[in-house]
Amino acid sequence: MKTKFTIFGIITLALLSYGLYVALVVTPTEATMGPIQRIFYYHLPAAFLFFAYFFANFIASIWYLWKRDLRADAIAVSTAEIGVVFCTVVLTTGPLWAKPVWGVWWVWDARLTSTLILWLIYVSYLVLRRFATGSQGPVLAAALAIFGFADAPLVYVSNRIFRTQHPQPVIAGGENSGLDPSMWPGVWWNVAAFLCLSLMLLYIRYKIERSHQELDDAIASAALADEPQKEVVR
Amino acid sequence: MSVLTIARNTLAKDVRLEWRSKDAINSMLFFGLLVVVIFSFSFDPNAEESRQIAGGLIWVAFLFAAVVALNQTWARELHNHVLDGFRVSPAPPNALFLAKAIGNFLFVVVLEAVMTPLFVMFYNLRALGSPILFVWIGLLGTWALVVNGTFFAALSIRTRSREVMLPLILFPISIPAVLGMVQSTTMVLTGDGNAWFWIQLLAVYDIVFTAICLLLFETVLGAE
Repeated sequence: MKTKFTIFGIITLALLSYGLYVALVVTPTEATMGPIQRIFYYHLPAAFLFFAYFFANFIASIWYLWKRDLRADAIAVSTAEIGVVFCTVVLTTGPLWAKPVWGVWWVWDARLTSTLILWLIYVSYLVLRRFATGSQGPVLAAALAIFGFADAPLVYVSNRIFRTQHPQPVIAGGENSGLDPSMWPGVWWNVAAFLCLSLMLLYIRYKIERSHQELDDAIASAALADEPQKEVVR
Repeated sequence: MSVLTIARNTLAKDVRLEWRSKDAINSMLFFGLLVVVIFSFSFDPNAEESRQIAGGLIWVAFLFAAVVALNQTWARELHNHVLDGFRVSPAPPNALFLAKAIGNFLFVVVLEAVMTPLFVMFYNLRALGSPILFVWIGLLGTWALVVNGTFFAALSIRTRSREVMLPLILFPISIPAVLGMVQSTTMVLTGDGNAWFWIQLLAVYDIVFTAICLLLFETVLGAE
């Protein structure tokens, strides 16, 4: 497993480097925005990934509630953390791009607001995980994950109506008004690179969480067997 | 005993306890009053500005005040292990949940009934739209806050920092509902825009989350 992991790590590193090269050198400079548009090659992959990971978190939470499989819970916590990381990347690269292009760091547009609210929901999920100790923690967290995911469409619909009724100053065009074919390689290489990176993170985080679970299990069994207690610091 | 009987008995017990102690209502009312006074110092609006911002202020005040009551929902049942007793009893958990949610709904509606005239007085409000819509907004909006609030209070009672946890998990999920309440209230006050869209959104929110709460409450109550 260790060799496979190393090989996968090397591939990821190669992809990340090549993705950076494609994003900075190979793709043409955008006509009106200039070089700042290149941040898009990180923004979009991160956006794809946070959606994917929040969805994975939802599936893993249902799986946990259904089968009470602790592996599903380990996946749920790992995917939520990685999703929040990529969501943070999106919320950071967005304003960096918006300041020179729109002239403001932030507008309360539907997509921006929805992303921010999703970020808040999943941060609250992580806070709950932190404070819900013991064996009931996973159940409570899984319940909240289902609430969070069910909220996502309502968040989007409400913000979309909220913002289309009140016109915003600078929100015409944007990246979805069509990407030149010569720019797509910058997107796909970076999607591939960040997908590999996130899978590596997922694997590591999953292993850590499983070790925590085994440790908790061992402590619980030791307590039941009435062995002399040792102080265990997590 | 059927679900309805159990729910009715639990609700009657909660209302009687509240009627005698007035713990939740009093702390909510005083808290709400403080929020109203502090808001009016912080903004000091004229009549037209009041119409624009009152919808936001009033619902934020109700939201904060509701959290005070919601936090006390389950704390009462921890004394003498009442909640554990309920868990091992064959009574359906959803009956308990419905009783608690309806109880909180009644308390928050009482709060709103007392606070709304105060708001109208302090902010000099006069609705330009149809005031009958406020009834819909009030009922649907309050249920939206209370149904999730009751559920999340049951979650947070199991965590290390109970009282702090509830707003942290309730507020992010409630954002679409709060947006709906604030927008529809503002539209009725200013008399422009179509408040019905937001009332429908609130109704959808209520249906979706009531269903999820009823689906998951047994799991959360039984979590060991």
